[in-house]
Amino acid sequence: MKTITDKLIRPEIERRAFLKNCSKTLPSLLLLVASFDVQQLMAKENGVYDPTEHNYAMGINIKKCIGCARCADACKSENKVPRKPHFFRTWVERYVIPEEGEPIVDSPNGGIDGYPEISQKLHIQRTFFVPKLCNHCVKAPCVQVCPVGATFNTKDGVVLVDPKWCVGCRYCIQACPYGARYLHPETNVADKCTFCYHRITDGKLPVCVEVCPTQARIFGEKGQKSSPLRRFFRFNEIHTLKPGLNTKPKVYYAGLDGEVI
Amino acid sequence: MLYSIIFPLLNSMPGLSGYVFPNEYELHWSILIVIYPYLTGLVAGAFILASLERVFKVSALKPIYRLSLLTALSFMIIAPLPLLAHLGHPERSFEMFLTPHTASAMAMFGFVYAWYLMVVLLLEIWFDYRKDIVIWSNEKKGIVKYFYKLLTLGATDISEKAVAFDHKIGRVITIIGIPSAFLLHGYVGFIFGSIKANPWWSSVLIPIVFLFSAIVSGIALMLLVYMITSMVRWTTMSMKCLNKLAEFLLYAMLIDFSLETLDFIHRLYESEESISILSEMISSRLFISLIITQIIIGSLMPMLGLVFARFGKLPDELRRMIYFISAILVQVGIFSTRWNVVIGGQLFSKSLRGLTTYKLDIFGIEGLLVSIALLIAPIGILWVLTKILPPWNEMGKVQKEVAKMSATESV
Amino acid sequence: MSKIPQQIIPIVIILMIVVGSFIAAKNIFVPSSFGEQGHFRTEAIQENMDLEQVYAGADACYDCHDDVAEIKSDSYHKGLSCEVCHGPASQHVEAPDEFIPDAPRGRGYCPLCHGYNPSRPSGFPQINPERHNPGKACMSCHDPHNPLLPHAPEECSACHQEIASVKIVSHHATLPCTQCHTIEKGHKTSPKFSKAHKPIDNSTCAYCHEKGSTIKKAAPKINVELHSDRYLCWDCHYPHYPEAF
Repeated sequence: MKTITDKLIRPEIERRAFLKNCSKTLPSLLLLVASFDVQQLMAKENGVYDPTEHNYAMGINIKKCIGCARCADACKSENKVPRKPHFFRTWVERYVIPEEGEPIVDSPNGGIDGYPEISQKLHIQRTFFVPKLCNHCVKAPCVQVCPVGATFNTKDGVVLVDPKWCVGCRYCIQACPYGARYLHPETNVADKCTFCYHRITDGKLPVCVEVCPTQARIFGEKGQKSSPLRRFFRFNEIHTLKPGLNTKPKVYYAGLDGEVI
Repeated sequence: MLYSIIFPLLNSMPGLSGYVFPNEYELHWSILIVIYPYLTGLVAGAFILASLERVFKVSALKPIYRLSLLTALSFMIIAPLPLLAHLGHPERSFEMFLTPHTASAMAMFGFVYAWYLMVVLLLEIWFDYRKDIVIWSNEKKGIVKYFYKLLTLGATDISEKAVAFDHKIGRVITIIGIPSAFLLHGYVGFIFGSIKANPWWSSVLIPIVFLFSAIVSGIALMLLVYMITSMVRWTTMSMKCLNKLAEFLLYAMLIDFSLETLDFIHRLYESEESISILSEMISSRLFISLIITQIIIGSLMPMLGLVFARFGKLPDELRRMIYFISAILVQVGIFSTRWNVVIGGQLFSKSLRGLTTYKLDIFGIEGLLVSIALLIAPIGILWVLTKILPPWNEMGKVQKEVAKMSATESV
Repeated sequence: MSKIPQQIIPIVIILMIVVGSFIAAKNIFVPSSFGEQGHFRTEAIQENMDLEQVYAGADACYDCHDDVAEIKSDSYHKGLSCEVCHGPASQHVEAPDEFIPDAPRGRGYCPLCHGYNPSRPSGFPQINPERHNPGKACMSCHDPHNPLLPHAPEECSACHQEIASVKIVSHHATLPCTQCHTIEKGHKTSPKFSKAHKPIDNSTCAYCHEKGSTIKKAAPKINVELHSDRYLCWDCHYPHYPEAF
């Protein structure tokens, strides 16, 4: 069973090198057959996906986030999230905490088009970006309130929506403390981040993690040893959002400021 | 129904303030979800009023016993429509029955509704009217006769023993019905009160406040329905009944208002992290609908009016006038209570840093016109129901004659 | 018959019809897989898995573009996925000739990450697009696959603009950075491996601010030792903006 972290540790370079060597040593016909075999082997390896072997989670390092919001942009393309302003599976908030007064928070168009300049008059004490997304809570309030069982926790630790069963009552949207859900304007059902379930079960990274230029987002499995997520847990102070609500989020933040709600 | 026009207009203050989570710009529950608890509240209130006469033998309320049941039924028929119209996929609504999620507060709605409508309301009305239905099915002519025959469901036995049984079982149903009515509206309150993510809703008092405001709105509704039907039918109202209604209305309002004040003070005193955004919301977005309409116009003014009219020495004419105006003000107040809970709970962001606005459309399924239609529809149904099952036959014979004469006159 | 009242019978029949049709509907309309793994339709998991992938992932790109992979592997952009700049490319992987991914060449794109923004982490390379060689395409100096600097930055503010923007309005505006910091040769080209030195004791500040110092007449003078012997000067005063408390 190939996992994401295997892939990170053992990059595809080996395979490429192997293919390259083949092309050097074997006649082209043999190469064709060989590559066909390799593909078949790969297919077999990826063939059966066993959800009980996984427990996905995400780490976000605030100190690495540069607020480029490429994650939010890529997410919209990958998951066909409406481009209109008020629909996001993930977005990036900017926090500006002045020397005096209340913190100023904004996220115009999720940060995709950048942020307006901070007023020169404001004496900034500290300022940073916070990416937000569905927390895939273990005790998800959205799952609890869904009247028909159209949203659920999977065995591999992801909260999914069943768009063919959702009645569009929006109770889950009300129940989510993180504002991570929206009603899809075309399908009229609730929609939210799935950790790119179609990618991770195929051994790929969620697209926001894939495109993050500074590796501020780290995706992995909670149980797995020697993984980037393990390292992230080992070397950072970890916080989750709104822990008082006892939702047990599975998006973990390093360097999270107390002002972030 | 003018107030449903005025509120949104007064409430729609332009612009956002502070930081609102991107997915929260638009409100997810619209005016239709305001109407839903308003209607179910009226149902529960009207039914509880009817059961006062039946179970606790408040004889002064006899003239409105059947009327209350019919009113409860006609509002009950419309109550799920705003919910249905609001669903993203109304055609899938039956899934609430097929795969109800036991952990979900909302999933039980179908069952609570079905229980209340079928087991409580329809059965109680049927048992109460059965004797009359059988008589009508014999008296009437033409197609109407067969309609009543159908309504008897084949149970044509009106021997003394059978009628006594009807009364007995009616009483049993009412006794079951009271906790059911409490369940119906307490449950609607729980749908909101159990959302821990929303500090405006998340309160253990919400179901109880919903319940008492339901009783308030139900009594006020029956006061109005009784007065209006009596005026239309040109019959004299029982002042005893009106006084009793006014008394109950006042007591229920006192409890309701005290509970709401307790909730308010409790929040203010505990002063949790949400208090600053909630106070900002109350002083800006909800000022008119909460402070002015709900508290001053909808609670304090009618309460003063009722105290004055009920316990002051006034001529009956003036008394009736004050009762009538108070009951209308109470309806305005309760509607704004629902508005403030449902819309208010969505005007602030869960970031606790910003406020959004609600703009009510005029047209469209979630618009003003549909809302008005949904509020008027129960009255139309009530009119039809009173034609099929006239609730006035418990009056004296003379009054009955007068009623008949006036009915033919008005036709 | 005589014991059961007549009116009960139709009620019971109606109730049985309602309950019966409810059970029948439940059997007909609920998918058989519902509830197998929890209170949901099991197929929904597979349907979520089968959604189309739009981004191919850098690994897929490197399979063919190993030349670019090699250039990138040794650069600051080695962790940067191809599709961040080139856009989603699953279609390109499937039909390399039919769908050609775009490449941003204008000046607008790079500042999305490298434009100056005080909220960005300190030290992340940022420029002010209005002042940084206006009109010139970024690519004319920087290779996006290996964005080494064409020459070492002249000003510290090239990378440390959030400090520079504060210092410029402070009483320390005229002080050069090297007044307090010393850097080694490599810092300007590989800052992560050759860090700038920071003052280690109060003597750096005392140089100007010690009572009796004649270095800067306008600088406020104190007896550094008496002023506080327990703290370093920058425990209380922010050196880049000393008048702010």
